[in-house]
Amino acid sequence: MSNLKVAWADFKNGLVVENPLLVLMIGLCSALAVSSRLENTIFMGVAATFVLVCSNAIVSLIKKVTPPTIRIPIFIVIIASFVTIVDLSMKGYFPAAYERLGVWIPLIVVNCMILGRAEAFAYGNSIFRSVADGLGIGAGYTMVLMIMGFVRELLGSGKIILFDSTVLSLGSAYIKDPIRILVFFPGAFLVFGFLIGALNIVRQKREQK
Amino acid sequence: MKLLSQYFLIFLGASLVYNIILLRFIGLCPFFGVSNKMSTSVGMGFAVIFVMTVSSAASWILYYFVLKPLGVEQFLYIPTFILVIASLVQFEEMFLRKYSPTLYQSMGIYLPLITTNCAVLAAATESVIRGYLKLNIAYTYSFAEAIIYTFGVAVGFSLILIVFAAIRERIDIAPVPGWLKGPAISFMAAALMSLAFMGFANLLGL
Repeated sequence: MSNLKVAWADFKNGLVVENPLLVLMIGLCSALAVSSRLENTIFMGVAATFVLVCSNAIVSLIKKVTPPTIRIPIFIVIIASFVTIVDLSMKGYFPAAYERLGVWIPLIVVNCMILGRAEAFAYGNSIFRSVADGLGIGAGYTMVLMIMGFVRELLGSGKIILFDSTVLSLGSAYIKDPIRILVFFPGAFLVFGFLIGALNIVRQKREQK
Repeated sequence: MKLLSQYFLIFLGASLVYNIILLRFIGLCPFFGVSNKMSTSVGMGFAVIFVMTVSSAASWILYYFVLKPLGVEQFLYIPTFILVIASLVQFEEMFLRKYSPTLYQSMGIYLPLITTNCAVLAAATESVIRGYLKLNIAYTYSFAEAIIYTFGVAVGFSLILIVFAAIRERIDIAPVPGWLKGPAISFMAAALMSLAFMGFANLLGL
């Protein structure tokens, strides 16, 4: 029971307290780039979470036999193998999504978020807790990604398209003249800046209480 | 002459029209991490130009002369490239420490950071496997083109890094609304810079 409680605490820690994007500000590149469409963010979030959980598990499993001096290359090789799995299976099963995400799938290898968790958490903790931490960090990453994707696609194009069907629409008058800049590159910086600003307001309110 | 103009177009496209930071979001971690002081960003910029160009050249040679003949390029290119980059960074660090201590002092501390700079891996992947520029869709670069492309990417990266460091030094002393202080306003500034760089779109038909 207490085991589960510890794992739940680790999960929540990754999701909120140490949210990779908003608090630690790591793994930004991929987050800003793929968030122009909600559908892309789901694929990217799942891919990154899979790599994160698996690499955390393996790193934690072999932590006793890993010499500290060469641990970084070992971590990178472990991560690179899981990224290759994602790369090839995505190419096979979701070719359209793979085409859109492009270079971002191989770039999961150098996502500082994954190497950072392997180094900071999995290398010193049990496999059970490492998996929980991987799930939490991955969920936190996916959550922020989806918020950004939702805002950018909805306001930038007026509707949200998920798997070839329109899920949500702001009406034809808006679609004709949306805030187009949000789906382009500056929009990503802008939305993310406002997201951090909103977080600052929440934090200030909480401190006042 | 035609060849030269082709090289020039690749360089221009890689450095400005498809700027790696502002228009493609690759390499943002060092961009926001290192760009708070002018001097550090200059050091980082030159280190990146050096490492990126050499690692792409090495990756190109390995890909076409080792991985491809062995028929394993599909599933081994990611580990190979990242190991090439990591070992090159290590090697360059040792080389600089031994032969040019002054240069090592000025850029030595940024070298380890470059291993996890996604811009280096991205440039290597693109210059070797898939050309990114529009004029080169479904076209693989020759060795010389790959080097020029990577050099252009690296120059674009360093240029933005240095310019943005200058802007951030001004932001630090500017009156900013309380809830936007810190990273939030930096992202806003980056958005404006990115908007300005969108003006390069379609330059010379790129």
